[in-house]
Amino acid sequence: MENIKRRYTLAECTMTEYVSTTPGLYPLPDWAKDDLSHLKGHQKHDLISGDEGEEITAVYEEARDEVIGVQQDASLDRIVEGQLRWDDMLAHPLAVNDAVETRGIVRYYDNNNFYREPVVTDDLAATGDVASELEAAADLTDGDALQAVLPGPYSLADLATDDHYGDEADFLAAIADFLADEADAFPAVETLFLLEPSLVENAPDDGQDERASEAIDQVASAVDADVVVHPYWGALEEKVYAHLLDADIDAVGFDFVSNQDDNLYNIQEYGATDDIALGLADGQNTLVEDPEAIRDRVEWVEGQLPTAEFETVYLTTNTETFYLPYAKYVEKLEVLAEAADLAEVTPA
Amino acid sequence: MSDNKDQFRPEDHENDHFLLTSVVGSYPKPKWLNRAKELYEDDEADFDEDNWQEAKDDAARVITNEHERAGLDTVVDGEMRRNEMVEFFAHRIDGYEFNGPVKVWGHNYFDKPSVVSEVEYDESWLVDEYKFTASATDRPVKVPITGPYTLASWAFNEAYEDDAELAYALADLVNEEIEKLVDAGARYIQIDEPALATTPDDHAIVGEALERIVADIPEEVRIGLHVCYGDYSRIYPEILEFPVDEFDLELANGDYEQLDVFKDPEFTADLALGVVDVHVAEVESVEQIEENIKKGLEVVPPEQLVVSPDCGLKLLPREVAYGKMENMVQAARNVEADLDAGNIDIERETPTPADD
Repeated sequence: MENIKRRYTLAECTMTEYVSTTPGLYPLPDWAKDDLSHLKGHQKHDLISGDEGEEITAVYEEARDEVIGVQQDASLDRIVEGQLRWDDMLAHPLAVNDAVETRGIVRYYDNNNFYREPVVTDDLAATGDVASELEAAADLTDGDALQAVLPGPYSLADLATDDHYGDEADFLAAIADFLADEADAFPAVETLFLLEPSLVENAPDDGQDERASEAIDQVASAVDADVVVHPYWGALEEKVYAHLLDADIDAVGFDFVSNQDDNLYNIQEYGATDDIALGLADGQNTLVEDPEAIRDRVEWVEGQLPTAEFETVYLTTNTETFYLPYAKYVEKLEVLAEAADLAEVTPA
Repeated sequence: MSDNKDQFRPEDHENDHFLLTSVVGSYPKPKWLNRAKELYEDDEADFDEDNWQEAKDDAARVITNEHERAGLDTVVDGEMRRNEMVEFFAHRIDGYEFNGPVKVWGHNYFDKPSVVSEVEYDESWLVDEYKFTASATDRPVKVPITGPYTLASWAFNEAYEDDAELAYALADLVNEEIEKLVDAGARYIQIDEPALATTPDDHAIVGEALERIVADIPEEVRIGLHVCYGDYSRIYPEILEFPVDEFDLELANGDYEQLDVFKDPEFTADLALGVVDVHVAEVESVEQIEENIKKGLEVVPPEQLVVSPDCGLKLLPREVAYGKMENMVQAARNVEADLDAGNIDIERETPTPADD
């Protein structure tokens, strides 16, 4: 394949920076689960539509304040807003859009979780919904580095149904335009995580893979921030990975919890971006890892790649963390922060 | 086809044909039971353990009687003593711990437990429930048990190599419980495995778990497997290898769109067909349910057909749940009479042999 870039080009003396972070989409604190259950209800028409009233907004504000405090207390290197309003998980940015109808409840990947199927029925336009969340978060971060989170365009298109554009390529392009416009409205952020589980779970075929990479490139170009594209629940197919490296992004994420061999193979065979994100703590299991074990896994991955030294290594959970009970989610964040500190003082 | 169905035929059954009528298990709780639970959980209220036990006993009697009045051939207590299908068992099995609620969708949560050490059998899970229900009715009692694959999949696994190993360990415990239930007199056990719909590729794990479950269980004990809301083409015909008498399948909700899946190869077990939709809060007419029952006859002959709702009825208003059961029984009796009279002529296709 001619378009594969090998990027083992760094000077040997570069010191790697280890950055603890998460892909966002946090669990609500238990008190907020209760309060919002009572205020909103349990049915699908009770979920967030983007125009929630004062009382509900106040609960989310308090909960946001709390999860930002949790990240600060843990000393995470990147602070996310928490995406606590994202009732429909990664489909959220569409679920609050006027050009979208939310229909039946459908399964969220292979999990025992469900979201409302977003059906795009009209021309998509940005809503500023995610930007306003980030602005609210920026007011709380006390200068700590803020990280934005969005679904990647391929995953968002995969989670949605197109009842308007009519053509798969046109639909993906429209989703990319939409996400780029949303991202363009963001306040200043240090990092943007684009979550792309569908690149693994429903891998693009020939042609689609190249378009997915272009769509990602377009969204990434809309922000003045480091962009991490994070696929999870396995490893990318080789060709998908190779195309992804063509996008102008700063890091690709690897889910080493669910698949070590194929992820390692991809990096060894096709190289990597200058920065890398390592999903090393399990976002879907209550077993809390030892920080030392996470640090050892970082060293292990680096040890498998003798020629590469990364500028930045993001240490993260492999998946979103809303799957976890709240107290366990807090512990996972603490472990990541500690592991990054350990890796920093004992570089591989 | 299974030989142990006829033991459930009522002595005074009016037709020659017999389509066993049953339910999946759960049933709407009387509002006063939920109120009693609130009182029990309220430290300020004067409502102790004995009061709470009495309330659950009363509810179990009432709902068992409600199943009888609907005319069901086999009854359940509506799972009045159970809160949720995984939590209930996890509280009774050593090795589980609870860390708080997790999201299923929207603001619907469940206390997903964690398996933190080897699972072990401690107190009996269902024997008291079975004995109580059996003493409250003359009808045969069916006992639903959450299956080991679902008990494993819908928990965090901190202690076992993988979910298969955990499922097998749990299957041995389910086997132990069924032995105790059989000793107590139970003859109809239903294993609920809704998690199989999430991960259909794991059907071999469910099959191996079932082998452990039925080990040394006498043949006259009828074992059913309930599966719902999945893509059945991904588990059929492989499930025919499972050592169970009956498959209890949700099909009404999808308007029998997936019925053809089961026509080829030949359905060799008994089919407990979902004939009323538990997600529609309107009672289907007797005529409509008769048509649904006849869908089952496209797959199996009458001797292999059992009639059941799609799934547990617990999310329906109680009067709707009752109406669905009552009409379902009436429809089954009507179809039996039509079969007796030779008025039903349904061609079943000749399927290719399973090993082809």
